Amino acid sequence: MIEVTGLSKRFANKHVLKGLEITVTPGEIVALLGANGAGKTTLLRILAALSNPTLGKIKIGGHALPAEAAAARGRIGFLGHKTLLYSDLSAEQNLLFCSRLYGIQNANSRVDEVLELVNLFRRKRDPVRIFSRGMLQRLSIGRAILHNPQVLLLDEAHTGLDQDSAAMLNELLRSLSKEGATILMASHDLDRVSELAYRVDVLVSGRIAASRSKSEKSSSSLAQFYADALQSEKRGPRGN
Amino acid sequence: MEIKSPGFLASIKAILWKDIAIEWRSRQMLSAMMIFALLVILIFNFALELDARARINVTAGVLWATFAFAGTLGLNRSMAIEKEGDALDGLLLAPIDRSTIYFGKLLGNLLFMFVVELITLPVYSVLYNVNLFNAGLLLVIVLGSLGYAAVGTLLASMAVQARTRDLLLPVLLFPVVIPALVAAIRASSGFLSGLEVEFIMPSLNLLIAYDLVMLALAYMFFDFVIEE
Repeated sequence: MIEVTGLSKRFANKHVLKGLEITVTPGEIVALLGANGAGKTTLLRILAALSNPTLGKIKIGGHALPAEAAAARGRIGFLGHKTLLYSDLSAEQNLLFCSRLYGIQNANSRVDEVLELVNLFRRKRDPVRIFSRGMLQRLSIGRAILHNPQVLLLDEAHTGLDQDSAAMLNELLRSLSKEGATILMASHDLDRVSELAYRVDVLVSGRIAASRSKSEKSSSSLAQFYADALQSEKRGPRGN
Repeated sequence: MEIKSPGFLASIKAILWKDIAIEWRSRQMLSAMMIFALLVILIFNFALELDARARINVTAGVLWATFAFAGTLGLNRSMAIEKEGDALDGLLLAPIDRSTIYFGKLLGNLLFMFVVELITLPVYSVLYNVNLFNAGLLLVIVLGSLGYAAVGTLLASMAVQARTRDLLLPVLLFPVVIPALVAAIRASSGFLSGLEVEFIMPSLNLLIAYDLVMLALAYMFFDFVIEE
């Protein structure tokens, strides 16, 4: 579970997040929409304990950040803009190294299982530096789910994936969600979001400006809802 | 799937294994360090050829200047591989004591320094007519390299956050490592010229104290250094 109240983040004089509130329950897939620079990546990095908040309370799987970050980190799977991989190691070596850091027992069989899942088993001995963008993304996804995390934070997860790989990722996320994982994904891809997300939150100027659940009956499309959220915030931001 | 929190030593071992595996595949760091070290030794050899007296007095200095310059290359490369693809974030995400990242990187850097020293020393021995079968000299090399790698790994972790990290590391490192280098040069010079151990002990003690202080400081502050 992700619980965030009053989260603010400031870099020098720039306020990126301003009193943000968000809750994602186990089994839920929540999509975070927002323009470039809205603070999506900053939020995900704070939730992954990679960056400290300026103000606010955060709980990941019941552990408060940053005080209990070490305990929380083992429950988090993170997929960022970069691969987090070593280009001179093979796909298998990268995942084996990661499994050692997470204390995964029977690491070899788990690594093979994950490589099969992301369709890279046949390339497991190849150095990562010769992989295409899509293959790197698939391996990064494998890295993020290797330790079976309770909380999955995804930043533009579909970037670089072809149709089959994107379908594989969607299937994987649905299956993890059914098993009770809490999933928060930042995206610009409205089609993917409408396919996957149970709830869509729109981040504008460091706050959640609008929110819509899949269960809500609405006559407007997701694109219209998103455009309205951006426009309403431009017309009248809700103070600082 | 069973997960058991990795222990302190297991995390260090994993990080060391990873650095060795990367070097085994790429062979970039060691080859650059070795070529650079051999070039420095050769350049000093030709520069000091005409003055035999100066040559006797500065051989220990040449040795440590070589190790220090080659070591800087290694430290830069060691942290650069963590920055490519933001792999450092991958380490910071793991549920491990963050000081194990420091000790894992330190052991890797130290190991690569020892490999370079092992290959450089016979060349140095021939060119400068120095007897290497000297337990005291070998002890000084171990202690000096440990101090250099201890402070170098910590400062390289700081410098890696900056865009100008390649330039920043030597500027940060050399002023801080001067006490260890001076002590190592004095102790090496003492052992090479056959001084009594009692005259060398102050330098050796300084080296040991420097190593312990730097390791303790790194253990205490690495978490803050590595955070955003």
